[in-house]
Amino acid sequence: QKYYHYVHLFLQVEQVRLLDRFSNKSVHGTLYLTATHLIFILHHHIASVEKLSLTTSGCPLVIQCRNFRVVHFVIQRERDCHDVYSSLLRLLRPVCYEELYAFSYNPKQNDQQREEGWQLIDLGAEFERMGVPCDQWQLTDVNRDYKVCETYPRDLYVPVTASKPIIVGSSKFRSKGRFPVLTYFYQEKKAAVCRCSQPLSGFSARCLEDESMLQAISKANHNSRFLYVMDTRPKLNALANRAAGKGYENEDNYSNIRFQFVGIENIHVMRSSLQKLLEVTGTRSLSMSDYLVGLESSGWLRHIKAIVDAAVFLTRAVTVEGASVLVHCSDGWDRTAQVCALGALLMDPYYRTIKGFMVLIEKDWISFGHKFADRCDQLDGDPKEVSPIFTQFLECVWQLTEQFPQAFEFSEWFLLQIHEHVHSCQYGNFLGNNQRQREELQLRERTHSLWAFLMSEKRNHLNPFYSPAYSEAHPVLEPSTLPYHFKFWRSMYHQFDRSMHPRQSILKTILTLKENSRKAESTLQALESVSTLLHIPPATSRLPHSGSEEDEQEEVGEEATESTDTERTVEGSSGTESRKQSYGELEGTYNSDLVKEEPAVVSLEFGVARMTC
Amino acid sequence: MEFAELIKTPRVDGVVLHRPFMPTVEGTLCLTGHHLILSSRQDNTEELWLLHSNIDSIEKRFVGSLGHITVKCKDLRVIQLEITGMEECLNIASSIEALSTLDLVSLMYPFFYRPMFEVIEDGWNSFLPQNAFKDLESMTDEWRLSEVNKDFSLCPSYPPLVAVPKDFDDETLKKVATFRHGGRFPVLSYYHKKNGMVMMRAGQPLTGTNGRRCKEDEKLINATLRPGKRGYIIDTRAINVAQQAKARGGGFELEANYPQWRRIHKAIERYNVLQESLIKLVEACNDQSHSMDRWLSKLEASNWQTNVKEILTTACLAAQCIDREGASVLVHGTEGTDSTLQVTSLAQIILDPGCRTVKGFQSLVEREWLQAGHPFQQRCAQSAFSNSKPRHEAPVFLLFLDCVWQILRQFPCSFEFNESFLVLLFEHAYASQFGTFLGNSAAERARLCLPEKTVSLWSWVNRPQELERLTNPLYEPNSLVIWPSVAPQSLLLWEGVFLRWNRSSKCLDEAYEEMVHIIEYNKELQTKVNSLRRQLAQLETEDPLLHTP
Repeated sequence: QKYYHYVHLFLQVEQVRLLDRFSNKSVHGTLYLTATHLIFILHHHIASVEKLSLTTSGCPLVIQCRNFRVVHFVIQRERDCHDVYSSLLRLLRPVCYEELYAFSYNPKQNDQQREEGWQLIDLGAEFERMGVPCDQWQLTDVNRDYKVCETYPRDLYVPVTASKPIIVGSSKFRSKGRFPVLTYFYQEKKAAVCRCSQPLSGFSARCLEDESMLQAISKANHNSRFLYVMDTRPKLNALANRAAGKGYENEDNYSNIRFQFVGIENIHVMRSSLQKLLEVTGTRSLSMSDYLVGLESSGWLRHIKAIVDAAVFLTRAVTVEGASVLVHCSDGWDRTAQVCALGALLMDPYYRTIKGFMVLIEKDWISFGHKFADRCDQLDGDPKEVSPIFTQFLECVWQLTEQFPQAFEFSEWFLLQIHEHVHSCQYGNFLGNNQRQREELQLRERTHSLWAFLMSEKRNHLNPFYSPAYSEAHPVLEPSTLPYHFKFWRSMYHQFDRSMHPRQSILKTILTLKENSRKAESTLQALESVSTLLHIPPATSRLPHSGSEEDEQEEVGEEATESTDTERTVEGSSGTESRKQSYGELEGTYNSDLVKEEPAVVSLEFGVARMTC
Repeated sequence: MEFAELIKTPRVDGVVLHRPFMPTVEGTLCLTGHHLILSSRQDNTEELWLLHSNIDSIEKRFVGSLGHITVKCKDLRVIQLEITGMEECLNIASSIEALSTLDLVSLMYPFFYRPMFEVIEDGWNSFLPQNAFKDLESMTDEWRLSEVNKDFSLCPSYPPLVAVPKDFDDETLKKVATFRHGGRFPVLSYYHKKNGMVMMRAGQPLTGTNGRRCKEDEKLINATLRPGKRGYIIDTRAINVAQQAKARGGGFELEANYPQWRRIHKAIERYNVLQESLIKLVEACNDQSHSMDRWLSKLEASNWQTNVKEILTTACLAAQCIDREGASVLVHGTEGTDSTLQVTSLAQIILDPGCRTVKGFQSLVEREWLQAGHPFQQRCAQSAFSNSKPRHEAPVFLLFLDCVWQILRQFPCSFEFNESFLVLLFEHAYASQFGTFLGNSAAERARLCLPEKTVSLWSWVNRPQELERLTNPLYEPNSLVIWPSVAPQSLLLWEGVFLRWNRSSKCLDEAYEEMVHIIEYNKELQTKVNSLRRQLAQLETEDPLLHTP
């Protein structure tokens, strides 16, 4: 309890009930509101299980979180409920970035440690790793002051033959000035993956500089006579854009391009798709039929498949045909980011490591201006700008890890952690919409980096089945995109609904075993050195050593006991579990035996919460 | 009859075999009485040995004189044969068709198969009812083993020995048998050691439209109740189906006559509805041209997952009644040979850790399926590719295995066997060199003299080299009751069976190998550490000098 005196309490409400989402269980407790957290302390006992009647038992308050947690409170007095509700409304809608948790979060690090955290990812070094700059590609300073494109980073890579006038001319012909730049270089075939926004071509407009720009990209690759231009939108959307003076490349005006639509839907479609999915999966006593019908009609897996299909197309074009590819959508920061990042992940084993994946996100998402603030609703913004584009990317990666269990250094826990913190606003990395804004906010000086935190927790995120040898043998992944390879990602969308998950986790078990093996290895080493010492025969030489030997032995003994005592816990198969399950018919008959449960704290960060009342 | 009469062309050269995710093989095709064999006659090249009884259907078409035969197997594999020459192709096709549709049991391969391995333990004697009863006797004396059905005359689908309440003599049992469908009077299925509650199974009561009753039946099942306690009757049919059964002489236990019992109706599908479901599911899995929407909608329309969920839910309910409610349970549907057995066997897997071991599971299959009279031969005569109208075929056993797999997925460390074991049982239930799944009942198996004339599947499985492949490396005995989640989000499509031939399993197999490796390495290390520590401890006791402070 003491802890809560340190933080400024906004509100405290006693006698609140927390309801389980899928059963009739509920827990009593006290609700606390602080400036950044909603805290609910669960009391020690479990209430009798009874049917809830909302009108008599209190005022319901449902909080849906962006990490897909749904919390259902029942507050006895309506006035209290209203107070909580209106306080939350105020707290949930920060008007400026400085109100976000990242600016008050203090993990007890000094400035130097924080600084080092931010230096963990270096995109200049990343382009060097790809082999850029090289004879065909160079770093341009044209955007040093964000003058040509304010949503791009300062450092951009372009073909050596693309002069400044060409770049500037091309940028004027592209939405938001997002002209074609390099995002991934496939060294083996000298093929480039470039990204940009749609051209302002309307029905007939053309731009010679833009045409020269594409020509320059194409010419920078001697392996292929043409350049693929992938418009990741459905053709209909691209056509509609023409009326607004935007559109897509006319193959007649650009020499040697191959134009291709890949049909990924826009942010609005994706937003409502996820909404439908969550509605379906949030239904209590959901039938199998309704689940499958809902899964289909939400279109969610269809969209996921479309993104993976596009990435596979990109990967084949680059790695098999050796052609360079220019990827764009409308503004080039949503679908383009998804396809470029996923394509690179398929082509380059480095991005399938923990560090590499951070680099990939830093490059294709953060630096190239995916609008995290708008898409994740960090400030009180336009709800039409919110969309689960980044979540989809993480899910695509998860779908791949299911097909290639040995190709990734990280497990799904890593993806879930990233997702959690994209929305928690606890770290500075994802705040704001682009690099320029982040610099203005002085995030590097005032907040902490997520990557450093995740690195320090690396052991928890490892995939025990990861095999670097596999990646060496299969540098390029060729996933199947047949529909049945795409599964509902239960660990993401039901991550807080524990009753739905396997009670024993293979991942956890194997991770523990690996950890035990690691400990056992060192114990073994220590034991072996002790026994070699003991086998030295002369009794005289033994005496002076004996004291220290025993010390060592004791130490070793302790360590070994510790490692062998680490039991695998059989989770949740005890008697209490059957009541969490509903098999129908017998519900509500368990009043008799109450089981004590340990107190727990539900703590919600406002960054992730959305509320309905 | 000679098989030779059916084999018009025993051998064709230059046949090309196509299998998904495997290299094409060219070689000689041979037909024998029981096998389709393709041999490349080169070393190290895999050959195909396919049991005719594994073939569900074949299709043939011609491009010029090149014939294509598509062979669709009961284990859901689809292979293509390219045969040059129209006559050869037609001969081969008609021979396969004739050989794969032989009805006579005694012509089946198990009667001709001679084991190429040493039988360590004869599987036919591994799970005798009298041995199972000994275990029961050690826990309770309220039951006795009755020989009332020793000549199979009282109930043709029951085994010669059944466990019944001790105080009921065989004469009473005979009366009760006349009141239950197929003579299947209530018998003991499972005794829950923890609280002494029992699960029984039976056929439906023959109440008919005028509500016939049988005092002996009522007394028999009441005898399993503790004083003042109620029991549960789980009827695996929806209430309207049970109502309709009255018109055909069947029915259900009326509250008035069974006041101590609460009846619960669950709707588990039966017969051709299940067969249709399987056919639709496999069709959906095999069509690779589907869009995401089409795939999901066909998966839904197949109803397979719905069936899995319903069966599992009913089994959980039965287990819940026994373990949580402390009540005895009687399970029946119509005949009591299909959905009833799904429920009683799954409930035991949930409740009884013993059933989650390799031997325990074999024993469960033996007791609750083979001895209990599930008509394997009828149900597994055809699989998902059959063109003929289904008669008695239904994937009842496959659904049971699917449900077990679902629980295994949710408790991956609580089973001694792995997924391969379940897949193996599926394969052998449909086509096998072993006699275990032949026949429809214990009576038929006795008549066919299977133990004398054929080899038991268990004889083969229970050898170290096979067991190693079928054992779950993650297994840690778990003595608790395991409650699976039956939420649709928790139930998955059993890819190991339904997508087995439609995906490359290389990556998954390698990951599994890696897992086995990690576990073995850990064990090795622990053994080394322990033995070193023992040695050191010994030195310490032998040499008091080491103890000097």
